[in-house]
Amino acid sequence: MMRFLLLFSRQGKLRLQKWFMPMSEREKKKIIRDMTTMVLARQPRTCNFLHWKDLKIIYKRYASLYFCLAVESQENELLALEIIHRYVELLDKYFGNVCELDIIFNFEKAYFILDEFLMGGEIQETSKQIVNRSIEASDMLQETMEEYMSKPAF
Amino acid sequence: MSPSVPLQEMIRAIRSARTQCEERGVIQRECAAIRAQFRQVDNGARSHNLAKLLYVHMLGYPAHFGQMECVRMIASPRYSEKRVGYLGAMMLLDEKQDASLLITNSIKNDLSHSNQYIQSLALCTLACMGSAEMCRDLAPEIDRLLRASNSYIKKKAALCAVHIVRKVQDLGELFVPAARSLLTEKNHGVLHGAVVLITELCENNPETLERFRKTVPDLVQIMKSLVISGYSPEHDVAGISDPFLQVRILRLLRILGRNNEAASEAMNDLLAQVATNTDSTKTVGNAVLYETVLTVLDIKSESGLRVLAVNILGRFLLNNDRNIRYIAMTSLQKIVGTDHIAVQRHRGTIVDCLKDQDASVKRRALELSLALVSASNIRSMMKELLLFLSSCPLELRAQAASGIFNAAERYAPSQRWHIDTILHVLTTAGGDVRDETVPNLIQLITNTSELHCYTVHKLYRALLTDISQQSLVQVACWCIGEYGDLLLRGECQETEPVQVTEDNILDALEVVLQSHMSSPATRGFALTATMKLSTRITDNVDRIRSIVSIYGSCIDVELQQRAVEYNALFKKYDHMRAAVLERMPVIEKNSPGHTNGESAGEALKEVQPAQGSTAPSLPSNTASTAGGDLLDLLGGFEPTPPAPAPQGLTSTHTHTHTHTQISMIKCIFLQCCFFCFCFCFFFSTVPTLTVYDKGGVTLTLSCEKQSNSGLIVTLTASNSTDSDISGFTLQAAVPKSVQLHMKAPSGDFLPARGAAKVTQMVVLNNPNKVGYHVWRCCCCFFINNINKGN
Repeated sequence: MMRFLLLFSRQGKLRLQKWFMPMSEREKKKIIRDMTTMVLARQPRTCNFLHWKDLKIIYKRYASLYFCLAVESQENELLALEIIHRYVELLDKYFGNVCELDIIFNFEKAYFILDEFLMGGEIQETSKQIVNRSIEASDMLQETMEEYMSKPAF
Repeated sequence: MSPSVPLQEMIRAIRSARTQCEERGVIQRECAAIRAQFRQVDNGARSHNLAKLLYVHMLGYPAHFGQMECVRMIASPRYSEKRVGYLGAMMLLDEKQDASLLITNSIKNDLSHSNQYIQSLALCTLACMGSAEMCRDLAPEIDRLLRASNSYIKKKAALCAVHIVRKVQDLGELFVPAARSLLTEKNHGVLHGAVVLITELCENNPETLERFRKTVPDLVQIMKSLVISGYSPEHDVAGISDPFLQVRILRLLRILGRNNEAASEAMNDLLAQVATNTDSTKTVGNAVLYETVLTVLDIKSESGLRVLAVNILGRFLLNNDRNIRYIAMTSLQKIVGTDHIAVQRHRGTIVDCLKDQDASVKRRALELSLALVSASNIRSMMKELLLFLSSCPLELRAQAASGIFNAAERYAPSQRWHIDTILHVLTTAGGDVRDETVPNLIQLITNTSELHCYTVHKLYRALLTDISQQSLVQVACWCIGEYGDLLLRGECQETEPVQVTEDNILDALEVVLQSHMSSPATRGFALTATMKLSTRITDNVDRIRSIVSIYGSCIDVELQQRAVEYNALFKKYDHMRAAVLERMPVIEKNSPGHTNGESAGEALKEVQPAQGSTAPSLPSNTASTAGGDLLDLLGGFEPTPPAPAPQGLTSTHTHTHTHTQISMIKCIFLQCCFFCFCFCFFFSTVPTLTVYDKGGVTLTLSCEKQSNSGLIVTLTASNSTDSDISGFTLQAAVPKSVQLHMKAPSGDFLPARGAAKVTQMVVLNNPNKVGYHVWRCCCCFFINNINKGN
């Protein structure tokens, strides 16, 4: 089971946080601090796996963003790397050549996409196309509902 | 979808703030505006406001006033508001907040909504932050959705059920039938959810595990179709068809096949097929192979399959990708205990990984290398490990040093090699070794009497070069103090001859005494060593006298006490000085299994000396040479120091035999113990001491002053073993200046399990008022033991 997923920039600014286990605000803040310090301190050509308390931390850097995923000790680390990569691909397909600014200004979309891909600490859907189609359909629903609600009633 | 303009404007405003203070100002203004908006009744911009609040929350500012707004928005009929409301609920609410209970009803309603996207929002939120009560409330609803809905909802309901089972274990029973039927679905998302649900149910409850074993053939079938089937564009990742599902199924198979022959048998072929057919050029393929290897090693697989798995790990070790090398070593670490020979084949690659740049890889390589050390490869492995120690990162040094010591202790091919290795470690990483290294090394040195000359020369040279490594300096001081006479002799067959004068040695010790780098303990060692040299050297005794008297007024209390006592030894007790400062007896280690390249002897127990002899500051009492007047030994008893070699033991044996006439036939297990203890007291009483406790026999001693020069000592013996002890006798020896009178013991029979004790009173008279009292006692007894290997 995955415990949390964090996205942060090279300066340590948090761009997305998803927690799969209930935790108090203080704990969350402490974990964010620990993760950013640990991951940002790593040398460039080292392996992507770390140990922290009883969890395995898998991190990968894409352009200026660090994706940091914490899994329990019986999980497959190489597959976790694939999960991170799959999420980046989904973001890329949605935003078209995604960059950090897209995730900053449209953070709620990033969350919606994540919620179509992962749920409760596990993978929900293994097919890229189905996830993309669901997001598009939800967006379409939102737009039509907006239009419908904002149209004057005669 | 059109972006939320007010949200983006706010984000832009926050990002353009140049200082932290400015940013705080912007955020405070925005939050005030948001709070005002929340208080208003329905307006079209509610979702934008909540989204703004969530952004502010992500930056780390408090946002708890948005919780009620989330609850209200979830209940709204508009999809856009519901979406942001549920997102807010997942970010701001958790099961500890009271407001989370308020959304239970909304979730319940939304779960049966006609629109599947609204259903999915509710399911997602429940799986993210559902508390135990919410789960209990909504479990039947989830079960209904698991059975009768479209695949989009089914896969989400499955993961929701997983969350419910994690929160409330008892509800697992509810989902078992549905989970079973989901395995027949074709949709990969639903299949994945079903496999995860079954895994969770099996890990939860062993009976459920038994029931689900019947699904092994179905799972094998699904895997086969994934592995063999042609290219499926929807699920393909770099040539592997749906690796996520494959890995999940492999994990479930692992759980089902553990400790079960039949299930393991059923999946053997499949595992072999996956292991050989999966393409390992990309990470995905390696992920599937890795999971396969873990499964093979965990179930009851046949040996051919196990060898295949270890070979795959070996291939991983040679991979260019650092990640793969790392996980290969982690897995090898887990199996090095069981499949030792298979892992030994890859020893060369593992040792090469010690030189890797990455710290995590180095750590794994170190652990694995230490686990692979054996008697046959000790020399080559140690060369590599010592090379590693000189260049390893600081956080690994302590681990490496202690690992090297353990390995050297267990497999050292010769004494000299052992000592050389330890000295090498101390010179390279002396600051990072554990504290017990110093006494361990001292004990090792005293054991190898033929190498005393070589050792002391080497240590003297090391001391001259560098006095910063405290452990090394302590051992060096101790050795120079003990074996200084060997150092002065100059020749030593194993090192180049060098002329060392007494002044040189004293200079070296003085440097240690005066240096700022020396810790207080080290200075204590140096002072004692200087003192000991007063009996080993002939010309410069005055110099030693002056050093000792200077330190009599040292600020450090420990040094001062030592100096004062040594001063006393020079002045009042000069006649005892030679005997007190003699060579130490060999110190015995308490732990068994000490091979050290030589066989230790048969089943006869090791002889144990007393507790007091390991600290160098207490005087020892072997009376092999001058100073024999110190001890009046037991009649006929040879004063052999307690040596580990069997020869010494048998000689004391024969003496005891003649002494007490024992019948060998009756006795199966003869225990003869020899102990000496010394305590130093200046006319004060000593509280009750337990002076001997071994093999269930305890001997305690209590003293009581009778007159100004007399002392009554009561010795009490008790027996806590399961068999009786007969023929218990006590003998004691004291210095000539003290008179000893032993009263009759209460008996010589110690019944089992401490039913009765034997006491003996001893009266000591000290008319000359000598300062030190040194005693030696021997107790002999017999145990009839049924099992020999006691």
